[in-house]
Amino acid sequence: MKFARDTWLIFQRQFLLLVRQPVWLFVGIFQPVMYLLLFAPLLKPALQASSNAEAYRIFVPGLLVLLAIFGGLFQGFGLIAELRAGVIERSRVTPVSRLALLLGRSLRDVVSLIAQAIIITVLALAFGLSVFIGDLLLAYLMLALIALMTSALSYGIALVVKSEDALAPLMNTIAQPVLLLSGILLPLNFAPGWLQGIADWNPFSWAVDGARALFAGDLGNDAVWQGLSVMAVITALAVVWAAREFARSVR
Amino acid sequence: MIETKGLRKSFRSRQGREKKSVDAVRGVDLVVAEGEIFGFLGPNGAGKTTTLRMLATLIEPDGGEANIAGVDLRTNPAEVRRRIGYVAQGGSTWDESTAREELVLHARMYGLGKAEAQRRAVRALDAFQLTEYADRKCKTYSGGQRRRVDIALGIIHEPKIVFLDEPTTGLDPQSRAHMWDEIRRLRAEGMTVFITTHYLDEADALCDRIAIMDHGEVVAEGTPAELKREISGDVVLVAIEGSAEDAGKVLETESYVTKLETSDEGALRLYVNDGARDMPQILRALDGAGIALSSIELHRPSLDDVFLTKTGRSLRES
Repeated sequence: MKFARDTWLIFQRQFLLLVRQPVWLFVGIFQPVMYLLLFAPLLKPALQASSNAEAYRIFVPGLLVLLAIFGGLFQGFGLIAELRAGVIERSRVTPVSRLALLLGRSLRDVVSLIAQAIIITVLALAFGLSVFIGDLLLAYLMLALIALMTSALSYGIALVVKSEDALAPLMNTIAQPVLLLSGILLPLNFAPGWLQGIADWNPFSWAVDGARALFAGDLGNDAVWQGLSVMAVITALAVVWAAREFARSVR
Repeated sequence: MIETKGLRKSFRSRQGREKKSVDAVRGVDLVVAEGEIFGFLGPNGAGKTTTLRMLATLIEPDGGEANIAGVDLRTNPAEVRRRIGYVAQGGSTWDESTAREELVLHARMYGLGKAEAQRRAVRALDAFQLTEYADRKCKTYSGGQRRRVDIALGIIHEPKIVFLDEPTTGLDPQSRAHMWDEIRRLRAEGMTVFITTHYLDEADALCDRIAIMDHGEVVAEGTPAELKREISGDVVLVAIEGSAEDAGKVLETESYVTKLETSDEGALRLYVNDGARDMPQILRALDGAGIALSSIELHRPSLDDVFLTKTGRSLRES
């Protein structure tokens, strides 16, 4: 009870500060729209898709997973600013739940990501994408798990390194191979066998496969439950680890 | 209200390839009574902040015991948190929030309900003369205003003890005087206040009792008056027109001079039991020997003299 209340308290505060800075919305929408407008037209011929709708069905889920990964991974920067301002230390002197300090922030990230995802989906619908609402909601659940995981990881790492100078290259180093090996921008069907072999070890390629199956309306596909389970397990681990970093002595 | 025994903390640090363990706090024993302003005086790096952070549950001690407001620090830090307030040295407010928002949030983190948190925020804003700025963002505040918000945050849940880490560092003299008044007001409300400072005058004027800390250890503890009394007697500084050495020879033999130091610039430093009584005798002795002096000053011992005697260094230099 106390934990739920504390989480809600931190979430409200973080969310209020977020909506007070509407710049994020513009930035968060502008970039994916550019992908939709400038990159997607290449896809129909490249993927040898039969129609634009077909191409979007492959590309949009990948794009959303990409946003979830990147959106989450870079949340740590805000936390470093809070560390520097003394807000985290001030919180840690109170009896507030340490897990709530993490989850309140991560849930804010999840909510802002889902808002972004909804806007992009609606835009893509206008371009000819079609998807069942039930499948879409499951795909959003996948995105929520990814955003929760990557933002928790980012907060945990931020608490360890405590400096933007260390966090930026670290996050880029993590994000780049994850991105290339997940088949996000193009499906890995085109990849040579050895590359596919490596990609199987990238948990996010499972997530992308699952999301694509959902957008294709293929709810029974094994990739769906596999992707969701892999994400759920790693997310739980990431949250536990990051919450422990919040509880640990920071110095 | 606070009792510690043998509190220790060391940090591992790396210098080049060598890993070194630095003993930041090496066995601190303290007793702080209820309702007093207790001061931790010492140079930067003496271990004041580390000790304070241990008492505030922010870092775990390596060894020793502490009882804070009747609760054992090692076994029940969660309960300690409920009973104390802590104000860090570097501030604790977020640029984009307002003072009112910060106060309400902080009160709620202590478990208070929304309505009660809002009432407390109003009261705290009023007590710290912040009502006028309550709904402006913290980034627009002056240093003194922001510091007052920090203190208000630290006591919003009405703790029994509040720890203030260097509450006046970086403030202009006027804000500093204000802050002293605020701290005295907390004491008047029945709170025990534990502050750290490296200002001698602050420790002297504000604190009921102080502990002097150096290199991770408490080297002296008592009321400022007690500590100064330990340095027996006063210091008389005499500047001589002619040779300081000759004057030294004359005064050396006087019975009331307990110690005599000659400095390079022709000045003498005389340690006497009672400066007011002994100064005329010094003047007579020098006059009798035909030695002219350019100035004579009487110094009551300061906390810096205490620090000097205990550590062999002046706090002003370190």
